[in-house]
Amino acid sequence: MSLVFAGACSHAPGITGRADRVGRDRLARLHAAFERMRRAIEAAEPDALLVVGAEHFANFFMDNMPAYCIGMADGYEGPIEDPDWLAIPRAAIPGDADLSRRLIAEVLEEVDVSYAEEWKFDHGIMVPLHFLTPAYDLPVVPANINCQGPPLTPVHRAWAFGRALRRACDAVPERIAMIGTGGISHWPATPDSGKINEAWDRAFLDRFAANDRDALLSYSDTDTYREAGQGGFEIRTFIAVAGAAYGARGEIWHYDPIPDFAVGCTVAVMAT
Amino acid sequence: MSLYQVQKLIYRLNRDPHTRQRYEDDFEALLEEYPMTAEESRAVREPDIGLLYVLGVNGQLLMHYAALRGYPWNDYLEAMREGVRRHGPVRAGLYAMVGGEADR
Repeated sequence: MSLVFAGACSHAPGITGRADRVGRDRLARLHAAFERMRRAIEAAEPDALLVVGAEHFANFFMDNMPAYCIGMADGYEGPIEDPDWLAIPRAAIPGDADLSRRLIAEVLEEVDVSYAEEWKFDHGIMVPLHFLTPAYDLPVVPANINCQGPPLTPVHRAWAFGRALRRACDAVPERIAMIGTGGISHWPATPDSGKINEAWDRAFLDRFAANDRDALLSYSDTDTYREAGQGGFEIRTFIAVAGAAYGARGEIWHYDPIPDFAVGCTVAVMAT
Repeated sequence: MSLYQVQKLIYRLNRDPHTRQRYEDDFEALLEEYPMTAEESRAVREPDIGLLYVLGVNGQLLMHYAALRGYPWNDYLEAMREGVRRHGPVRAGLYAMVGGEADR
């Protein structure tokens, strides 16, 4: 039927795995923002949740790295990481292979996406689901943009992928909610873990909220790497959501740079 | 220079319970299937987490290998910093050296 919700949020493993390092009030504000998003998704009455993630060598490796991939299974599992490390118990997550197949076929009209009938979710999808569908009762369609193993897809193609996803959502009878999950500036799993470029983040989120296509597509990977770290390559997930919701503006519900979580924790929505 | 093989081994260890079982049963036999330089195989075997970082192993792989080898989070971060002090800047892969000023 249509895209009934579009948003973006952080997925840093520290949000759950190292939650005890952050003060109670600060954590509560982040949790409240996720809860607000959970309620907004619920109110949109979706039939499925499309998650555009940026995974981290859980399923895709340099032996055969897709720039874009969409899951096509009736069920998934996660987290692939040690559940104690992530502080999220291992669970089965429902999928919808038939819906995936129809979405993929439509996306292929515009973007050469690959598909996967097997997919183990890592923190990039599990952390958002932990807050947004905690009972794992909403079918998930996972999508991935390679943001880890260069050469990476250009940001203008991430936008095109978002547009193609929107076309696909509009072409199926189901009601689809979509979230992008990624970090903005961050240097995860490096000696600089915890460094955050707040000014860069806020400038990016301004462009996201304005859904300013030209401004969003002006980022070069050289600049992003210098200013926002290798983790900044994950802005592709936000850009895909902006593309999907093009014509609508967004709103930043939460932004808080939390060094212990190694990212500026973000919850944002786009009008659809 | 077989960074690809080092990362492939760690990728499989993270993902595949069968590979992890083989790591526990006979690590040496498993290592033989991944052709590496002497420096690389030493870094994997010991492990020398800092050297693996300097050799260019992606942190999204390395942080889980460090956890598998018993490194708490802060020790993992410190091992990378120590690796850079001992072995110099990152030689390959996604990371050039990015500073080290943050302390988390």
